[in-house]
Parts: sequence; C-alpha cells; structure tokens
Amino acid sequence: MTFGRRTLIAATLGAPFVAQAQPKARVIVVGGGFGGATAARTLKRVAPDIDVVLIEPNPVFTACPASNAVIAGLRDHETLRFTYKTLEAEGIRLIHQRVIAIDAAHSSLTLADNTRLDFTRAILAPGIAIRWNALPGYTEAAAAVMPHAWRGGAQIMLLRERLAAVPDGGLVVISVPATPYRCPSAPYERASLVAHHLKLRKPRAKLIVLDSNDSFSMQRLFLAAWKSLYPNLEHLALSASGKVTEVNAGTGEIRTDFETYTPDLANIIPPQRAADIAVQSGVADRTGWCPITPVTFESLLCPGIHVIGDATLLGAMPKSAFAAAAQAKACAHAVALILNGQTPEPPHLLNTCYALIAPHLAISSAGVYRHHGTILVDTEGAGGNSALDAPRSTREAEARHAEAWFHAVTTEAFG
Amino acid sequence: MKRGVLLTLAVALAAAAPPPPGALVCSGCHAATADPGFPPIAGRAAAELEAELLAYRAGTRPATVMDRLTRGFSPGELTSIAAYWAAQK
Repeated sequence: MTFGRRTLIAATLGAPFVAQAQPKARVIVVGGGFGGATAARTLKRVAPDIDVVLIEPNPVFTACPASNAVIAGLRDHETLRFTYKTLEAEGIRLIHQRVIAIDAAHSSLTLADNTRLDFTRAILAPGIAIRWNALPGYTEAAAAVMPHAWRGGAQIMLLRERLAAVPDGGLVVISVPATPYRCPSAPYERASLVAHHLKLRKPRAKLIVLDSNDSFSMQRLFLAAWKSLYPNLEHLALSASGKVTEVNAGTGEIRTDFETYTPDLANIIPPQRAADIAVQSGVADRTGWCPITPVTFESLLCPGIHVIGDATLLGAMPKSAFAAAAQAKACAHAVALILNGQTPEPPHLLNTCYALIAPHLAISSAGVYRHHGTILVDTEGAGGNSALDAPRSTREAEARHAEAWFHAVTTEAFG
Repeated sequence: MKRGVLLTLAVALAAAAPPPPGALVCSGCHAATADPGFPPIAGRAAAELEAELLAYRAGTRPATVMDRLTRGFSPGELTSIAAYWAAQK
C-alpha cells in the first residue's frame, strides 16, 4: 500500500492536515541512536523546510557508552535512557516502527505494518547486528546464558546481575571478537571495571580476557593499568591462544585451541556486522559493512541513501558514538547542501574515545581523519593516546571529561 | 514518480555558508548545555578562540586531548573554525 506524504501525516502521525502548494523534500532517517538522532536534529536545524522523519522502533533509547560502569555497579541504569520528546517538539516526525525493506531505486521504504513511505533522500544509521553462530555455539538462546551486553537494553542489566552473583573465588571470562566491531576500546574498559568490581567485592575471584586480537586500542595504557591495579586480571591475546573457537551454553564451556574454560560468568562479545536492514536493502557489501563516500556518506552501492555510524566501512575511523555523531552532523549538512543544489566539501572528522580504567580514572584515544578515496585515513602527526606516564591528576581529569562528553553527546542527540 | 519534481525544489538553508571543515565536531563536547563540562565556545571572541587553538596545536597550552586534535589542522583551518564558532549563538 502506498501513501503520499499527506496521507502519512494525517493517518499515521495524527498531525493536522495542512494543504501544501508544493511537496516538500523529505529525508527519512532510519535508526534513532547517536548517529540517527543527531542527524535528524542537525538537518531540521540547518534546513527547517525539509520534512524530517525519524524511524526508530524503540520509544526509549538506551546508550551503550557508560554502560560498562552500569555493569560494574558504578552507575544507575536510568542514566543511560533517553526519549525522543525533544526531537518531536522540534518538528521531527517520529515513527516507532521497524523498517522492513528499502527500495533505493524507487526512493521508498516499507514499515513493518506495510506502510510505504517515499523519500527524497534517506540517511541510514542502523547500527550493528550480531552474527549469531559466527562464533560456533553462540546463538540468541546462548546469549541469555552468556550475555553479550553489546547493544544496550536488557542485556546490560542481565550482565550486571550475573556479575553481582559471581562467588568469591569464581571465574569470569570476557571474550573479545576480531576487529572490526562496535567501540574498539570498550571490551578493555569493561575488563578494567569488572576487575575492579571483583577486586573490591570478591578478592579471590579472577577475570580472564580471551582476545581474538594481538593488538588493540590503547593497548600499552590498558596493560600498564592492569599490571598496577588488577593482579586478578589475565589477558590472553590471539598469539597466546586467546581466541575463543566455540562456546556451549548448555555446559557453560568456552573453548580455545588449547584450553576449555568453565567460568561462573561468560561475557561473550560476539562477531558483528551492519544491522539487518542494511544487509537486506543491499547497502552492505560482502564484508557485512556499508561502503560509502566519506564526503557525503552516500552509499557506493545505493545512490540517494546515506549511511553513518557503526554500520559503515570507514577505514581508520572507529565505530563509536562520538564518531557516529560527528558523521551525522557532516552528513546532515551534506544532504541539506545537495538538496539545495550545491556540492559539499570534504569534511574533516574527529574522534575521541574515553575509557575508564577504574572509577574516576580514565585514558583516551583521539584521531583526526581525512578522506582518501572511499575510506578515511589518520592525519599524520595528529591524534594518539594519553601519555603512558601521565600523572594521576590527568587520569582524573580524563574521567571528568568522559562524564562531560557523555552529557554533551547525549544532549546533542536527544536534547 | 515524484522524485524528479522533488529534486528540482530548492531547499532553503538556515545559514548562508557551510561550516568550515572540522568545525561541526566541536559541539560533540563543547555543547550548549545547562551544565557544560567543557568550556562553551559559541559566541566567544574569534581572536581568543584562535589563540587558544593555536596554543594547543603548538603544545604551549596544557591539554588532555585538544593538543592531539588541533595537530590535525593547519593554522589557517583553525582560524576558520574559530571564526565559525565566534559567529554561533
């Protein structure tokens, strides 16, 4: 069934019917996370005439940044939750449904209730999906027993409750997938805060991090912090047989090439790809991620569709909330310019990731990126990590900055 | 198909000129919030912002990440970014 714009307004959204002499340009944003919400708000501000529609199934967004502190019992879960009320007040039309198909050739998409919507351009910020069974044995059912807690929501509280229930003398295992995955420093922040929790509450318990990588984000900083703070944490890299090859939710076993672990709690961070809608609509390629031009974020596979955030294939720029918001602003400006008949200039993009190594102590990684063909590359001489020998006052300042950033990025996205 | 018609419609933009490269990212931390954890930058004097950015870039102003970020820009680019934020409300 096809509805025109007016039908959509009157029937689907319940807004008063307003006769228009000419149709307006409509941009549909798919996905209301940091990327999508920031893109929708930026676009409405830059070009108020555009009919901006944001499609997001959930009425409440649960943020992933800062969720590691919730898991470790250091932060209230409510502080991660945000609504779309401000966006609606700003004139963005919210539709709380799932998009089931996108027809790029006809500039239209279909919602779960079979409503079809036309768009002038679309911005996809769909986030990630978990590749179930890519790690043999790790299915949706297994996630109820061995939580991933990698996409917000109920899994965060499940992992928090399971961690709280680990006995003194118990064993916790965190499994880290091979890159690329959402938020490259987050497994190591999580390991730090879980180790902190165990050290404080269960001094005889142990954490083993089984890693499918040999090198990782802020590696020297994390390793130094763990050495000084957490004798209860053991990290096994890929070359030390850290790669998990199979899990068994029934027996609770986790296998690597040489060992079988039976921990009291397994947190499996699973292999990932772009969300289902990106794959189904042909915006993702065989890597499972979405190739785009990093100037306008327009898909290389589906013209007229822009993709931002964790779902993209971007080279050096990591998959983070900071990056998604930065891309969202650049993309929204580019889309407004394109609809205005102009050609956008290449943006310069930044990223900063903060990671807590303990309560009130943080480290950071920063990068400046410029486009090089279809990917983003690091700007030479810029970016990098916090100093390895930084004084405690710097780590404390970075922890304050981490909190201030969370406040700023959530305010920019959700008001 | 309406697409052709829609594409010919000019969309009015709120600002005359697009922001200089890199300027949009600043608000990711320096947001206009009631309780800013980072120093506000919108509407500050351009010369002041420029001097601070150049000092971060030169490593002469104490920093956590601003030194690492400003090194990714030329002095001219930082001047443009300072002028952009000075003009914001």
